[in-house]
Amino acid sequence: MRIRIKFKKYGVMKFIGHLDIMRYFQKCMRRGNIDIAYSEGFSPHQIMSFAAPLGVGITSDGEYLDIEVNSTKSSEESLKDLNAVMLEGIEITSYRKLGNSDKKAMSLVAAADYELFIKENYEVPDVNFEAALEEYFHKPSEILITKQTKKSEKVMDLKKLVYDFKIRRDENNRPVFYLHVCTGSTDNLKPELVLSSFYEYLGLEFHPLSIQIHRIDVYGDINGKFVSLGEMGEIIE
Amino acid sequence: MKKLALSDEILLEIDKPARYIGNEVNSIVKDWEKTDIHFAMCFPDVYEIGMSHLGIQILYDMFNKREDVCCERVYSPWPDLHKIMKEHKLPLFALESQKPVKDFDFLGITIQYEMCYTNILQVIDLAQIPMLATERSIDDPFIIGGGPCAYNPEPLADFFDMFYIGEGEISYNALFDLYKEWKSSKKSREEFLKQAAKIPGIYVPSLYKVTYNEDGTIQAFTPIEDGIPAKIEKQLVMDMTSSPYPEKPLVPFIKATQDRVVLEIQRGCIRGCRFCQAGMIYRPTREKDVEVLKQYAYNMLKNTGHEEISLSSLSSSDYSELKELVTYLIDEFKGNGVNISLPSLRIDAFSLDVMSKVQDIRKSSLTFAPEAGSQRLRDVINKGLTEEVILQGAGEAFEGGWQKVKLYFMLGLPTETVEDQEAIADLANKIAVRYYEIPKEQRKGKCQITISTSFFVPKPFTPFQWAKMYPKEHYLECARTVNEAVKNQLNKKSIKYNWHEADVTVLEGILARGDRRLGKALLAAYENGCLFDAWSDFFDNEKWMDAFAKTGIDPDFYTLRERALDEIFPWDFIDAGVTKDFLKREYANALAEKVTPNCRMQCNGCGVGKYKGGVCVENKN
Repeated sequence: MRIRIKFKKYGVMKFIGHLDIMRYFQKCMRRGNIDIAYSEGFSPHQIMSFAAPLGVGITSDGEYLDIEVNSTKSSEESLKDLNAVMLEGIEITSYRKLGNSDKKAMSLVAAADYELFIKENYEVPDVNFEAALEEYFHKPSEILITKQTKKSEKVMDLKKLVYDFKIRRDENNRPVFYLHVCTGSTDNLKPELVLSSFYEYLGLEFHPLSIQIHRIDVYGDINGKFVSLGEMGEIIE
Repeated sequence: MKKLALSDEILLEIDKPARYIGNEVNSIVKDWEKTDIHFAMCFPDVYEIGMSHLGIQILYDMFNKREDVCCERVYSPWPDLHKIMKEHKLPLFALESQKPVKDFDFLGITIQYEMCYTNILQVIDLAQIPMLATERSIDDPFIIGGGPCAYNPEPLADFFDMFYIGEGEISYNALFDLYKEWKSSKKSREEFLKQAAKIPGIYVPSLYKVTYNEDGTIQAFTPIEDGIPAKIEKQLVMDMTSSPYPEKPLVPFIKATQDRVVLEIQRGCIRGCRFCQAGMIYRPTREKDVEVLKQYAYNMLKNTGHEEISLSSLSSSDYSELKELVTYLIDEFKGNGVNISLPSLRIDAFSLDVMSKVQDIRKSSLTFAPEAGSQRLRDVINKGLTEEVILQGAGEAFEGGWQKVKLYFMLGLPTETVEDQEAIADLANKIAVRYYEIPKEQRKGKCQITISTSFFVPKPFTPFQWAKMYPKEHYLECARTVNEAVKNQLNKKSIKYNWHEADVTVLEGILARGDRRLGKALLAAYENGCLFDAWSDFFDNEKWMDAFAKTGIDPDFYTLRERALDEIFPWDFIDAGVTKDFLKREYANALAEKVTPNCRMQCNGCGVGKYKGGVCVENKN
């Protein structure tokens, strides 16, 4: 039986990298009495896979892992058991049983949306972001940027990879950049790359450390439509 | 939400920010305002090493069980953060509250090996506490050191207010009670130290005066006033079974060196190897009850979620209930995906059977630590392992499917000759020959024998505390001899040889048996930039040699001299249980190539019988 777990990552836990989060969850499964299935062999490991790794420093409301279990309690009980062994900074928000035909979260990932904030200890640049966004994002038919990879440079058209780009204002009237971008193994787009390109367009210097990135959710491509990974499967009564 | 001592900018710039944020599973966060005694517990090395240390986990748990104590952890900042903290004058902080170490009442530092001494100075320096104990004021924490190197604390005497000699479980309660009383009395810092010096096991270096002979050796080592004990007796737990043990150990996020449940089955060792300090200072051997250990194993696995459990002791095979314990661990946990790791096991039919159940034979290797190549030299060091036993164990293992053997030796041992060194290669070859005796169709290719050597450093409270060391060139020559001898073996293609640089050995030798005059050299070395000396990437011998030269210290005085039997050692004020007479006897036995039987075979009158416990009273009821 396969289970999809959704969790939030916030606070100091944002400094814990993906590999360590995986190790953390393996131990949580044991502490939380989840009847997780193990692989065969001399050093058996838990059958567990994560949807989309989150970079160090990024917080999230929508992280996912799929596990294989031998048996399970109800969603409600399992949530309670797991949250009882969580640390501050990780909260389990959903525990659902996947259908036999549901694909692994990892292979489904197609998009993710984010909010990017200017951190409190940094000044907001004195520009009209909203008006500029119109010119930068909505009007052109293509936005070409060069992405530096380990081996080479790659020219990408942001227009094809950014599905939405909006700006809202928080209670202190500071801008919050909303980005819905292509994610996954083939065309993974980091949201800070889009914002940095926007800053460059504005003639502003972009300091990655001045921005807090928050992932809202991760989506799979189901018949050409983006569906939140958390909406798949069903609640166990 | 928790406020961190370091900014996002710093944490995202440095390597492994998880080292500095706390928040680990089973960490204990106390209310600062509601606790009277704030104790910062430090392991002066990088987080991954420090978090793997059992002693700190025991004391952290024990201290925090007291309602009036808030005990938090501190580790050495890695050089990347060290630089930033110095540049921005950021004070070193403890992980749980993220508060500056200087705001604590105590800074406790465990001193596990000599090569962390500059890291101790780093911790004090970054904590912004005056480096020298004499310069500290009433507002500064008391700095207290413990651990095996506290059995010769003298090179560090300038930097510590106190040392705790022995096992921490015993005297800290008295120290904490005294602290509370002193705090409300508003008396001076010196007054507290004088009172503390009267608690068993507490050594306050500033209350002792050392005078020297013309040849540089110690003339006298005496308390400066009446009422301060001339001898400090080591503290030890006599009831191991009911002694506190952390059933909810901390679980780090990043992979620590010891990423598993550690079950301490006994303390001490019955063997009496003459080079081994642990084998002397942790005497007598004291076992824990097997039923309690089973309960601990269960609880600790449950509370941590670890997928591996390991036994901890100096010689697991000597634990009398080993079979019962190991069988229980395998039956109870193996099916639940828990790995069982069994270090320090003697290779015999039982251990091979157990190992075949818990490891993948093709991948795992057998470990032997003969420590010396020839039987003659093994008799000198009292290592009871014989060639026959090694070959038999290896033979059985090879027949059981093992192909890899690791062999550990020391070079530079007292009385060692070229023949003893060459015997190392010879022994490795004989093991290989034993492997190739197995018919070709029954074995799978070549065997792999790995020889590793380290250079011997004489330690206080061992029979070799009088022995001389050698110049660096001599150690390297020893390694070359072994290397040449390996190349001359018939089975050289199955044998691999590893050895280390010798600079660190010499330095370790200086510090291990040094005196308080070394303090200024240590400080100079730190000021020269020495840090993380235990890490070969960072160790810089020239900076150390410069520090000795600047401070007028002759390193050879500490290493190249064979000490006279009546010399007063810097550590002689400590009563470690084993008597100096016993150690002298054992030194003489060593030179006479005479083996001393282990504690279970025969009592050798080492002196620890006075504690009336452990192996000394076994079968004597």
